[in-house]
Amino acid sequence: MPSDGRSLWESIHARGAPRGRLLGRQGEVALADLAHGSSLGGRLEELRGRTVVLVAKDQLAAGLALIELDGVARRMVLCPPDLSLQHLPGVIRGAEADAAVRDAAAAGAEEIGLPLTITARAELSGPVAPRRRTHLTEWILLTSGTTGAPKLVLHTLESLTSALTNEEAPQPPPTWSTFYDIRRYGGLQIFLRGVHAGSLVLSDPAEDVRDFLARAGAAGVTHISGTPSHWRKALMSGVTARIAPRYVRLSGEIADQAVLDGLKAAYPGAIVAHAFASSEAGVAFEVRDGHAGFPKALLGAGGRTELRVVEETLQIRSPGTAQRYLGEGAEALRGADGFVDTGDRVEERAGRYYFMGRRGGVINVGGLKVHPEEVETVINAHPWVRMSLVKARRNPITGAVVTADVVLKDEAPGRPAPEIVMRELTECCKRTLPSHKVPAMIRFVPALEVSPSGKLVRPSA
Amino acid sequence: MSVRSTITSQFQQVAIEQERNLSPLSDDLKLVQSGLDSLSFAIIVARLEDALGIDPFNSTEALEFPVTFGDFVRLYENFAK
Repeated sequence: MPSDGRSLWESIHARGAPRGRLLGRQGEVALADLAHGSSLGGRLEELRGRTVVLVAKDQLAAGLALIELDGVARRMVLCPPDLSLQHLPGVIRGAEADAAVRDAAAAGAEEIGLPLTITARAELSGPVAPRRRTHLTEWILLTSGTTGAPKLVLHTLESLTSALTNEEAPQPPPTWSTFYDIRRYGGLQIFLRGVHAGSLVLSDPAEDVRDFLARAGAAGVTHISGTPSHWRKALMSGVTARIAPRYVRLSGEIADQAVLDGLKAAYPGAIVAHAFASSEAGVAFEVRDGHAGFPKALLGAGGRTELRVVEETLQIRSPGTAQRYLGEGAEALRGADGFVDTGDRVEERAGRYYFMGRRGGVINVGGLKVHPEEVETVINAHPWVRMSLVKARRNPITGAVVTADVVLKDEAPGRPAPEIVMRELTECCKRTLPSHKVPAMIRFVPALEVSPSGKLVRPSA
Repeated sequence: MSVRSTITSQFQQVAIEQERNLSPLSDDLKLVQSGLDSLSFAIIVARLEDALGIDPFNSTEALEFPVTFGDFVRLYENFAK
C-alpha cells in the first residue's frame, strides 16, 4: 500500500503485525521479530537525523537496515553491492553523508572514512527502543551515469510505494522473489511489496541461477520478477520447473515477444507481466496481455500516471517519479511541467507502442539509424535463439556496421546445425529489416555478459 | 587461400546476400560499376578483416582509395606483406 506519510515500519504494521519473513541465502528473519530485535546491534538511535550510506554485500542485512532506518535517518543511500569503491567518495560527497552502515562482508568499507560507522547483521539482537518516526527519510538510489560515475536519484517512501495498491493482499499471502538486488529500483519495488504482504526470497549474486530457483521453489515463491536477461538465463538453465509462480514480472529492459512467449510456455498458469519502470520515472505501467509493447490507449488514459510521447521518446509524470538528482551541478530530473524524459524511444504500429531502445544507443550505419534492440527482437524470435546482443562495429566505409552475438539454446533433438541457424537468422533479418539493419556478421557465443543490475552489458556508445 | 581468392569469394558471397548483380570481376573493373553498394563494401571490408586479420583502410599510413577491383586486391596484398 502507499505509505501515506508513514514510515516503512508503520506502513508494514498498518494491518497488524507482519507475518512474513525475509529469506536470505544463509538465513532468514521473521519481520515481526523486528519489534524486539535489531540488525544494528542496538545502535539505531545513533543514526537518528543522520545521512547514512548503506554499504552491504548481504541483502538480508541491507533489507533489515532499510526497515529500521526509514523514519529515523534524514537520508539513506542504497549502494548496490557492485558499487566501485572509487565512486564511493563521490557518492558520500553528493549525498552529504555523515554516517555509514556496513556489513562485515562489505569489502573496503573500513576505508569509508566517515566518523560514524555501524555494522549491520543479517540477524537480530535486542533489546530495541520503541520505534518512532522523526524524519521523512529520503531514499537515494544510484543509477549509472554516462560517465561511469553513478547518479544519485532522490525518492521518498511515498514515491517508491505509489505503485502499490491498497487492495487486501491475496490469500494465501504471496511469497515474492526477485533476481534483482533490492538496492536497485526494480528489486526495491519487490522488496517493498514483499514486506507489506507476504514474504520475500532474496537473491545472491554468488548463487547459481539453478540453486536460486530451487531455493525460491522450496520457499513456495508465488510472485517473481527479473529483467528479460535474467529470465533468458533462467530459461536457458533448463530448470524453470523448480518454481511454480502465479505471477511472473519482467522489467528494466525491453521484453520482446520471444521471452514473453518463453515464460508463458514455461508457466502456463501464471500471469506474465512486463512493467515499465526506471529509477527516475518510477513504475509507469504494467502490461499483462502477453504482447510486447504497450497499448496506445495508455496515453491519455487519465489516472495518476500520465504518459506522453515527445519526439518518439516516452515521457512520464506520476507520483512515483523521483524528486531530483542530488549532488553539485546535478542536471534537472524532471522537465518544468513535471514530466520525466525516459530516454526510451517508442514507435507506434497498429495501435500499440513498441520500445525501440535507448535514445543514446543508436548505431549509425552510413547515416541510417539502427536501434540494437529492434534487431535483437528479430533474432530472438528464432526458435533456437536464447538471446542476442547487437552492436556497432567500426567500419571505414559506412562508419559502422551492425554485428550480432547470438547465444543458441542448448543442444537438443531437432536443433539444426549452427550454419543452418545462421542462414535462417540472416534470411529472417533480411525479410523483416532494411538492409542496413541486417547484421553484417553473426557470431555464436556461449554466453553474453549480464551486468549486476541484470541487463545485457552493452558497449558504451 | 590467397588474398585474391579470399577477396573474390567475399565479393561473390556478399553480392548474393545483398542481392546485387555483380559484374564479372576483372582487375580493371571499376568498383563503382561492380554492382555493389556502400553497405556491401562495408560488409566486405569487415569480413576481410576477420578472414585476413588486416584492415588496410584503418592503417596509419596514407591510404589511396582503390578505384578498380585490381586496386582493391593490391591494397590488401601490399598491406598483408
